Amino acid sequence: MAVNDLLLALVVVTALCFDFTNGFHDTGNAMATSIATGALPPRVAVALSGVLNLVGAFLSLAVAATIASGLVDTGVVTLQVVAAGLAGGITWNLLTWYFGIPSSSSHALIGGVIGATLAAAGGHAVQWHDLVSKVIIPAGVSPIIAALVAGTGTWVLYRISRNMTERARGHGFRIGQIGSASMVSLAHGTNDAQKTMGVITLALIVNKSIPANATTPFWVVLTCGLAISLGTYLGGWRVIRTLGKGLVEIEAPQGMAAESASAAVILLSSSFGYSLSTTHVATGSIIGTGLGKKGAEVRWNVAGRMGTAWLFTLPCAAVVGAGAEFLAKAIHGSPGVIVVLIILAAIAGTIYWRSRKNKVDHNNVNDDWTGSVAPAEPETAAAA
Amino acid sequence: MSAWINFAALWKILVFGLLAGAGLPALFAIGMVALSKGPKAQTAGGDSDVVVGGNPVGLVAAAFCFLVVLAAIGWGIYEIYQIGHPAPK
Repeated sequence: MAVNDLLLALVVVTALCFDFTNGFHDTGNAMATSIATGALPPRVAVALSGVLNLVGAFLSLAVAATIASGLVDTGVVTLQVVAAGLAGGITWNLLTWYFGIPSSSSHALIGGVIGATLAAAGGHAVQWHDLVSKVIIPAGVSPIIAALVAGTGTWVLYRISRNMTERARGHGFRIGQIGSASMVSLAHGTNDAQKTMGVITLALIVNKSIPANATTPFWVVLTCGLAISLGTYLGGWRVIRTLGKGLVEIEAPQGMAAESASAAVILLSSSFGYSLSTTHVATGSIIGTGLGKKGAEVRWNVAGRMGTAWLFTLPCAAVVGAGAEFLAKAIHGSPGVIVVLIILAAIAGTIYWRSRKNKVDHNNVNDDWTGSVAPAEPETAAAA
Repeated sequence: MSAWINFAALWKILVFGLLAGAGLPALFAIGMVALSKGPKAQTAGGDSDVVVGGNPVGLVAAAFCFLVVLAAIGWGIYEIYQIGHPAPK
């Protein structure tokens, strides 16, 4: 019993760590365009986004339990499987963050859990049809919808405001951006914090700490909200830079169009019970806003690199999750889980240490895009 | 509804997405243009970032547009809260 409780505590902490990476990986979804256009100073932007993510976490509990339980046979899921799955999700999130690629945290989590389940129980324990219809197809469709909405919005905004002076228009839309970016942050908290809540609830059910039909306990909502909010506040500057500067050069009307489209699509989808990745939507919106403005350039090589990363997210996180599960199984019992988590901590530490060498933070996040995530040199950065 | 693609949800997301995601910012833009009408905007010239033009009709129209945008957002948040917290049966 005591051993199980220790294991449960470890899994909950690991899940909160995932939630934290989810927060800082995705700050850019909400705030990249506002930071790029100067609507908000970088540090104010991440603080605002953090607070709104926390509020968002309390706004809705509609999809909290569906994330893992709908995709795998919960009968075979153990705490060990959940821990291994989280290891897969966290590893992929950190790697893509290091390379500044806005990949989907939801896919990383789902991939990790599916890989771990496959390793634990084999292919029959995975609901393949649901995986395709609820995860893979939405991943292809949602960026297109977001791009359509954002592209239309961009065209309309430029059309309506065509007689205003360039600077007055920028001024007005930057104010509007504060509102639209806040909505994306709220939507992100509503959508993504629930995914970790779902995992922790699943772990509690597996451990028989709460009955199978129980709703998410309040402390789970609170801790998940806090973890994602803290992560957001820390700011995933590398991803923010790619989204705000790398993909499209963004002006204020485009920023507002992109954010409004993202917020609307994410909130509508979660209220229609259509789960999707906030990252896919935000990226689709930003590309759409590049397509909707005459003469704007979309850097398709950056977009292509992202698209490739999206294709690899599920399988790669699954491979890591499966590896973690095999390792834990081989060592057997809670020592196996502990070894996996120690290795995970070591990987996380290494990636963090490497990221310090070519740092991206609030000081150089808006430097001109020269084809790489980390701006070249501090002395050229100071001029920007 | 297809077994693979949830068209019922998709077309709703697209239609309402266009209304809320493109329509509301458009209304904001209309409000902003209305706000910029008036004497101050003309004298300020091409290099000014002053948005408020000072025309009273424009001002009222702008206030109306902004209020509608805010009301729509408030209503949306309320709806989401309702859906996310079903009343106990």
